[in-house]
Amino acid sequence: MPAAAPFSWIKPEPWGIHVVPANAWVDPSRAVDRALVTHGHADHARGGHGTTVATPETLAIMDLRYNTREGATPVEYGETIRLPGGVDATYIPAGHVLGSAQILLEHAGERVIVTGDYKRRPDPTCPPFQVTPCDIFITEATFGLPVFTHPPIAEEMAKLLERLAAHPDRCVLVGAYALGKAQRVIAELRAAGHHAPIYLHGAMEKMCRLYEEHGVDLGELRMVMDYKKEDIRGHVVVCPPSALNDRWSRRLPDPITAMASGWMRVRQRARQRNVELPLVISDHADWNELTRTIEEVGAQENWITHGREDALLRWCQLTQRRARALAMVGYEDEDD
Amino acid sequence: MKSSTIRNLLKDRIDPVLWTLSRDFVGDTAETASLLWPSPQTDPSPPSVSETVEMLSGMNRKSVFAELPGLLDRLDPSGRYALLKLATGGMRIGVSSRLAKTAFAQAFEVGVDEVEEYWHGLAPPYPELFDWAAHGKPPPDIANLPTFRPFMLAHPLEETVVDLADYAAEWKWDGIRVQLVRAGDETRIYSRSGDDISATFPELLDVLPFPAVLDGELLVRGTHQGGEEGGAASFNALQQRLGRKTVSRKMLTEAPAFVRLYDALLLEGEDLRELPWTQRRARLEQLIARLPDTHFDLSRVVEARDFDHLAQIREGSRDDAIEGLMLKRRDSPYIAGRRVGYWYKWKRDPLLVDCVLMYAQRGSGKRSSFFSDYTFGCWDGDPDAGAELLPVGKAYSGFTDEELKKLDRHVRSNTVNRFGPVRETDKSLVFEVAFDSVHESKRHKSGLAMRFPRIHRIRWDKPVHEADRIEALRALVRD
Repeated sequence: MPAAAPFSWIKPEPWGIHVVPANAWVDPSRAVDRALVTHGHADHARGGHGTTVATPETLAIMDLRYNTREGATPVEYGETIRLPGGVDATYIPAGHVLGSAQILLEHAGERVIVTGDYKRRPDPTCPPFQVTPCDIFITEATFGLPVFTHPPIAEEMAKLLERLAAHPDRCVLVGAYALGKAQRVIAELRAAGHHAPIYLHGAMEKMCRLYEEHGVDLGELRMVMDYKKEDIRGHVVVCPPSALNDRWSRRLPDPITAMASGWMRVRQRARQRNVELPLVISDHADWNELTRTIEEVGAQENWITHGREDALLRWCQLTQRRARALAMVGYEDEDD
Repeated sequence: MKSSTIRNLLKDRIDPVLWTLSRDFVGDTAETASLLWPSPQTDPSPPSVSETVEMLSGMNRKSVFAELPGLLDRLDPSGRYALLKLATGGMRIGVSSRLAKTAFAQAFEVGVDEVEEYWHGLAPPYPELFDWAAHGKPPPDIANLPTFRPFMLAHPLEETVVDLADYAAEWKWDGIRVQLVRAGDETRIYSRSGDDISATFPELLDVLPFPAVLDGELLVRGTHQGGEEGGAASFNALQQRLGRKTVSRKMLTEAPAFVRLYDALLLEGEDLRELPWTQRRARLEQLIARLPDTHFDLSRVVEARDFDHLAQIREGSRDDAIEGLMLKRRDSPYIAGRRVGYWYKWKRDPLLVDCVLMYAQRGSGKRSSFFSDYTFGCWDGDPDAGAELLPVGKAYSGFTDEELKKLDRHVRSNTVNRFGPVRETDKSLVFEVAFDSVHESKRHKSGLAMRFPRIHRIRWDKPVHEADRIEALRALVRD
């Protein structure tokens, strides 16, 4: 039997990355028999799979969202699991949100990493990204344009607290992705010395409790619905981005609307959201982190997916790196 | 400074492909540059506004390349954005000019209509206006200046029915509404927004023999004549002449412009605007005899027995230079702006055709980074027998913000090809496109061009093979 062509065992398809010998899929966007899931965001983790292999934290998040206890196969960070067909999968911290992992796939002496989403900044809610050598590096590119450089988060927190102090009769309403961004913002506010109660939109409660159960300290949290308008003056309120301009916010005392997102770097994006206080905070790697990571990993080949692939592809070309863009669909991150 | 200067400034600092991709996503040159400019290692020491203005005014086209970087290095991204916007003269905040005038009027307790009138005769920073409003000096004298007087505008008629005893009907011509002003020894032509477009139509600058302010429709004569009303070519012909700084002799002979008069505001020193429309109309009808018929005619009053009869006349109008009807209250004075109950516009119903989305491009401004500009096509034969789609038009409007988000997602999830900023989609979505008219055109492969196409409805439900064929669209060509 002739030897198989190099890397023929890994096939990108529009709905996920197919690990052929194991008949497994990484972050499939449709239901499959065996899914390897990098993290709990809805565009990567979907319900309905036969078996779901993920970190215990990611499985807990998926359980909360889709009740997917059946077929859950936990893998700790650093642990390797043997899949059918002689494929080994190792879960490595990606630094994106609680439980997020890069998945290292090894077969016939070849190493492929699927990053899922990742960032390189410190985050009090999850362990940092680990640079791991491999042959093919499949990287995300959500902020893959040189205009995206995220400022240090401490600067953005200072902006928020300054605005809060200047308007003791109002409140600052922060729109933040309910999984990850919200908890990171709260934890960073605590780190910046803000110990007052933080008020939450109802949709945030369960995920914040889940983070606390996993040892992330978020300080005193209160539900908006349990309090009166008067109580909330001078405080920070956190809600999902969709609630920012919703009727729900009318119960708040003259809110200053803020949005914590990497897209806030672009003025028009903040305007489109009607945001008064844009906070450039992202759980994705910015342009410099993406390019630095590609350099540090030093793979023979880079596959670029979900996001602005063209620019990263161009950068690889300019720096004489082999690269290709994958045509994956449905991996959206409008709210990050 | 032009925005090409910004591009040149960045040329040595970033790969041109990365620049283009970034510019395309951000949707604004100054902002893109402000984000791409490397941040200074040390804490920025931002210059003051007056220091910046002085330095900018001291720069010339060459020295800017040496001096501007130094200023940029002293600023953070927002500061760099402000600096580049100041330098290009593009520093804008979104306040309508009417709101600014209203605020001025309220601040000094003067009439907003007067402010509106003087405003156009003066130049920033408007010292005469402040002298008058704030310091009680006599109002600025604009009588002998060829300045713009704000137009009277119309509301859409919609479901309203009017009595023709109170209202007169006129055709609404499909050209550009203009104001012809002669004062001193000068004639100027203003567009609806008050822009001076005199240079584009030199043949009209010498033909008004007395001081006046006239309101009319600018049209051109052309080979495609406009049916029974005669004389005017379609808007398509007029379009060839718009936006030109110099006009060739050929243009002047092939598509000469003339003005079809609607109204007279001022006449030889007399202000007619307070008079009822019937009286102004009578003056206009006398006046026309004193004007050369090569360059002027009168927009005639459409006679009808009653409103229903008028509706029939509107339905039957086949003239391509007609956009619909105007209804003007017979006793209406000429009032700036859009006052309810005086003037109505009653456009012809738009034409509709089902097209397939083919290409999409990102918008700019508020829509930057969304795929909001759509090119769509019709079938060149039977789609079930292997016909192909040919592009027939492009539209940017007609959908809500919510729909835009869905469309953007559709484009991103159904891209099959990329050509720079343009995405080719898998041609799986039908748009019902509304448009005012369609013309032969060599610019498009389909040989057709629509006038004012917009997305009427998004037909998520409709199979693409049920979209219309080119033949159906061609049958609607009238010129």
